[in-house]
Amino acid sequence: MKFLDEYRDAGLAEQLARELHRVTTRPWKIMEVCGGQTHAIVKYGIDELLPKEITLIHGPGCPVCVTPLEMIDKALEIAARPNVIFTSFGDMLRVPGSTTDLLSVKAKGGDVRIVYSPLDAVKLAEQNPAKEIVFFGVGFETTTPATAMAIYQAALKKVGNFSMLISHVLVPPAIEALMSSPNCRVQGFLAAGHVCTVMGFEEYFLLVKKYRVPIVVTGFEPLDILQGVLMTVQQLESGRAEVENQYARAVRREGNQPAQELIKKIFKVVPRKWRGIGEIPQSGLGLNDEYAAFDAEKKFGVAESHVEESSECLSGLVLQGQIKPHECPAFGVKCTPERPLGAPMVSGEGACAAYYRYRRQPDAVAAK
Amino acid sequence: MSAPKPIEFSGACPVPISQYPHVLLAHGGGGKLMHQLIGKIFLEAFRNPLLETQHDAAVMELTGKKIAFTTDSYVVQPLFFPGGDIGSMAVHGTINDLAMTGARPLYLSSAFIIEEGLPMETLWKIVCSMRDAAKKCGVQIVTGDTKVVDKGKGDGLFINTAGIGVIGHDQKIAPQNMQASDAILVSGDLGRHGMAIMAVREGLEFESKIESDSAPVHEVVLDLLKAGIEIHCLRDLTRGGLASALNEIAEAAGMKIAVEEKSIPVREDVHAACEMLGLDPLHVANEGRFIAVVAAKDSERALQMLRCHDVSANAAIIGKVVEKSAPLVTLKSAIGVQRILDMASGEQLPRIC
Repeated sequence: MKFLDEYRDAGLAEQLARELHRVTTRPWKIMEVCGGQTHAIVKYGIDELLPKEITLIHGPGCPVCVTPLEMIDKALEIAARPNVIFTSFGDMLRVPGSTTDLLSVKAKGGDVRIVYSPLDAVKLAEQNPAKEIVFFGVGFETTTPATAMAIYQAALKKVGNFSMLISHVLVPPAIEALMSSPNCRVQGFLAAGHVCTVMGFEEYFLLVKKYRVPIVVTGFEPLDILQGVLMTVQQLESGRAEVENQYARAVRREGNQPAQELIKKIFKVVPRKWRGIGEIPQSGLGLNDEYAAFDAEKKFGVAESHVEESSECLSGLVLQGQIKPHECPAFGVKCTPERPLGAPMVSGEGACAAYYRYRRQPDAVAAK
Repeated sequence: MSAPKPIEFSGACPVPISQYPHVLLAHGGGGKLMHQLIGKIFLEAFRNPLLETQHDAAVMELTGKKIAFTTDSYVVQPLFFPGGDIGSMAVHGTINDLAMTGARPLYLSSAFIIEEGLPMETLWKIVCSMRDAAKKCGVQIVTGDTKVVDKGKGDGLFINTAGIGVIGHDQKIAPQNMQASDAILVSGDLGRHGMAIMAVREGLEFESKIESDSAPVHEVVLDLLKAGIEIHCLRDLTRGGLASALNEIAEAAGMKIAVEEKSIPVREDVHAACEMLGLDPLHVANEGRFIAVVAAKDSERALQMLRCHDVSANAAIIGKVVEKSAPLVTLKSAIGVQRILDMASGEQLPRIC
């Protein structure tokens, strides 16, 4: 397939891997921030082509995985109400809340629907004026413009029966939180190409200066990731810490400015809790006061709750790169995609699910 | 950006949902949840040697004749889709299940569960489509049943067909007969049915029209048998796609299977649609595709024969049976690294970004 096969070429991958072997002289720990990259790394076996000195740490960039339990519980509560059509991207449906998941709410008669765009949810609201349509707005900066557009359109068209449960999160504050954590082991970052397509990479210059870490904006195909790792290692080996753009075919320094303006118009920056990590200041988005009428939390008056998470699951450690998924005692035994203990085992982009799907060694699991 | 307070990371995570107390849609998705449901409920209750083979159709001897017997229900929405409709699919699907034993399909039953309010014209169109499909395949629909349910209690129309065929060969076709070094062939490009349905159901507009691959494959299989190809196992690819089928036979046989991503045929438009939605074409449903596990010595001949038929013109050799071992399916990725090819968990869910 054009524009894809070129980036999955085995011969070119081997060349990049050879170059990596040539330039690497010391151990380096590099974090790929985005779950899409984690998925590609494990699916294509990219890490197996790397020199043994290089460890890839899988970052917290899976929006499904980091959506806090309290927020999932709110979604479940709203979705179970009569007269509500609850809409969501597909992979949120299997994420366990504290007692159930959206698929089970649907099985019990809740009207839960998968949509491919938040704008489809607005359309649904227009078509069903007697119902309340709620969209579960989840994701990083990549999905935010579409969410913002949905709110903008709903306001413009005065669609009063549409609202949104918002759990949008931002990448740079998460990188900053990781870097300032006392147990951080990351020496370089592959920044998420799609996030930067929207936001550009201006924000990363401050981080690079402050923490002296290379950040390379990287795409999602095998060759993108190999080249991103190579550029990061070249910086590390030569003692540089700079922002570089591997994904130049999609990302410009200033990003997509109309999208950024729309985000700013609709949302404000708020503190946000990340599942498995904790609260990170200035790391989430909430609706501006002007659009408060579209806030599903306010509209449905769902109660704030505090839920204790199971201590058997070590996803917090996985999400900040302290252990690999298969090093968790529950991995593949008590925790599988059919019975996830934690969110990273649910989403296709979660590090645990990726390892389970592509790396599970039946003998190793049986031995646990 | 001011420096936030250092964060102490906790290792906490949510409480498990260990068992679903209700049936979910995902229990019908052809993945692991469905296999659990079958294993724990149906196999457990009905256990007998014929059922335990878990083949696409049961093979039994009646008055000295070997026959194959199977059943399947069709609940597709929309009832008419690019490349077919629920009627032709209900004929092809059951014929294909019979074909996986190497049987010649002869007779079908057809049961209709009709939702009140279904336009008579729609029903007639579907029944005519069944008639035409049956005629083309050389089978007769010889018995049936009709039920009508209240408005809102059905999805327009559900069809169940059962089928009987006769087996005229002496080969043993079942996962348990697979041998190390056997070649694995797939009869055509993958994922067309699933993507065709998804495109119409979800109102996704792709530039090219993806048509379902719904088609009967029994003539192809009968040809292979007639030519004396040593077939060890056949498996219909339906929900759950190639990944589920390979895992099912690996599991049933206690074998390791290795396939190569590059040799698996997927049409460009299907591939593009899957990439866009974050789906894996190896997990997407098919309705006119099967895998044939044949003796290595016959693999090239089998491939040439498959390619002579329209329904299997894009057939390919995609891998081989490696050895007796803990059941495992591996896939050599596009960049040449081995990984596990797992069965999908429940239904394929399009991802966020």
